Amino acid sequence: MDVNEIIKPENIVYTKPRLMNDNPMHYCPGCSHGVVHKLIAEVIDEMGMEEKAIGIAPVGCAVFAYNYIDIDWLEAAHGRAPAIATAVKRLNPSKMVFTYQGDGDLAAIGTAETIHACNRGENIVIIFINNAIYGMTGGQMAPTTLEGMVTATCPYGRNVELNGYPLKISNLVAQLDGTCYVTRQSVHTAAAVKKAKKALRQAFENSMARKGTSLIEFVSTCNSGWKMTPDQANKWMEQNMFAKYPLGDLKNE
Amino acid sequence: MTEDVKLMKGNEAIAHAAIRYGADGYFGYPITPQSEIMETLMEMKPWETTGMVVLQAESEVAAINMVYGGAGCGKAVMTSSSSPGVSLKQEGISYIAGAELPCLIDNVMRGGPGLGTIQPSQADYFQTVKGGGHGDYRLITLAPASVQEMADFVGLGFDLAFKYNNPAIILADGIIGQMMEKVVLPPFRPRRTEEEIRKQMPWATQGKLVGHKRNVITSLELDPAIMEENNIRFQAKYRKIEEAEVRYEEIGCENADYLMVAFGSMARICLKTQEMARAEGIKVGVLRPITLWPFPSKAIAEYADKVKGMISVELNAGQMVEDIRLAVNGKVKVEHFGRLGGIVPTPDEVLDALKQKLL
Repeated sequence: MDVNEIIKPENIVYTKPRLMNDNPMHYCPGCSHGVVHKLIAEVIDEMGMEEKAIGIAPVGCAVFAYNYIDIDWLEAAHGRAPAIATAVKRLNPSKMVFTYQGDGDLAAIGTAETIHACNRGENIVIIFINNAIYGMTGGQMAPTTLEGMVTATCPYGRNVELNGYPLKISNLVAQLDGTCYVTRQSVHTAAAVKKAKKALRQAFENSMARKGTSLIEFVSTCNSGWKMTPDQANKWMEQNMFAKYPLGDLKNE
Repeated sequence: MTEDVKLMKGNEAIAHAAIRYGADGYFGYPITPQSEIMETLMEMKPWETTGMVVLQAESEVAAINMVYGGAGCGKAVMTSSSSPGVSLKQEGISYIAGAELPCLIDNVMRGGPGLGTIQPSQADYFQTVKGGGHGDYRLITLAPASVQEMADFVGLGFDLAFKYNNPAIILADGIIGQMMEKVVLPPFRPRRTEEEIRKQMPWATQGKLVGHKRNVITSLELDPAIMEENNIRFQAKYRKIEEAEVRYEEIGCENADYLMVAFGSMARICLKTQEMARAEGIKVGVLRPITLWPFPSKAIAEYADKVKGMISVELNAGQMVEDIRLAVNGKVKVEHFGRLGGIVPTPDEVLDALKQKLL
């Protein structure tokens, strides 16, 4: 079979989502961000919401999310994405508004903005990548870093006496009356990716149905920051991260 | 039309003027002495009439970032606060300036530093006109001296902000915010529709239409060569604003031997001082900068050859006086008089200072 035969439309089993553009990604090979980006692009397209979607990018590894998903974006100051999304949605109620944030952005410097946007029940989607480390700045301790886990700023392992405990912010947010859907997902297996996509779709639909705030925590890997191969990182995540951050719905109303 | 003349506080005038301007959103956090702005808006419920969004944020930090979000969508959005709260907003203001977004900020200044006092002050002059946040940026700064100007500068501030895609700030003080005066409110204007926003602000994030390029609101640029170009573009814009938007008022400056320079409530007090001085045969003019940035440097420099001395009268330890000295470049003596920490001088105190320092 020659190439022209192979690339016939009827033989295509997979294509790049239409809303992912051709910019080369800066993410490390093996990182979860790329998969989550792809799912967002697919869901927006499948919902027919390309013209209504507005994303808020964080400070952190995903700061350049706006380079990859071909919709309108605002780049936020560190941690402030939920405040920005609040205004964007309230001023443009017909738009589909979401934030994309890492653990440092959402659960450390932006904790107040996260809690209060959720507590007001803003009709937005918060997409939360929890890889337990600050990837962009070179692998420092995050609020979600596990006990004993080594990072650049806890080189002897996270010590709760010194650093406090890993913050389960999704559990916190699930307690708030303003949230309608809080779930933990992952994208490390084909089955997990499928489930995660369904969760994303539900969250976006909730926001358009004005049901309140939906937060999806993606328990993720940072193989570079963790200093592992992608495969080792996936296994380490299953054994260690899932024990602290078990997958599944925390709230679904 | 007499029915349009109202008696109200400066802070209330800001709220009324914002609704009438067709503002799309206000985001704030309570702090004395400016809480009446949000209180008035909440009482008037403009979301039921014009559709304006009014939201009490969880912090001044969140409020200014809500403004960033709204401005990024091409909406006419504003926030207000007082000195300690405006310090908290500086990060967001720098981002708004860096992303070249229009918005209106209102600072009803109180005495500092720190938690300071709730009494009036003008000690945030440096913070406002010299930066405040990080990076080389400028805020179009309007200094109202009456309740009427509080109302008028809402529209002027928004118009200038949208003309230059730059944040504008009303730099008032506790006196102007709290005092009641007669005011003629501006007429109602409709809010911009989505089509108008897409047409007038093609950069705004209103959702990417199929076949169009996406809009991205950001201040980030990792390539220093491009970041320098961005900065050069900002500076060119600032020079344009300095050329075109200087505003000031001269009161009795013809044939004056001495010049008092004062803004906001202090300018009002200086008018009384001027009257008292004239009665004693001392010919004093008052120059009131209305825009603190761009500063009326040229206008002040022209008096350098005409008067025997100038005095900057401020509710601070000497901030605007530096810009006056830069303007006259040593050609004439420039003194400063101010009271600090929330104390407001009486007109005769100012007159004594003028005599002592200049005569």
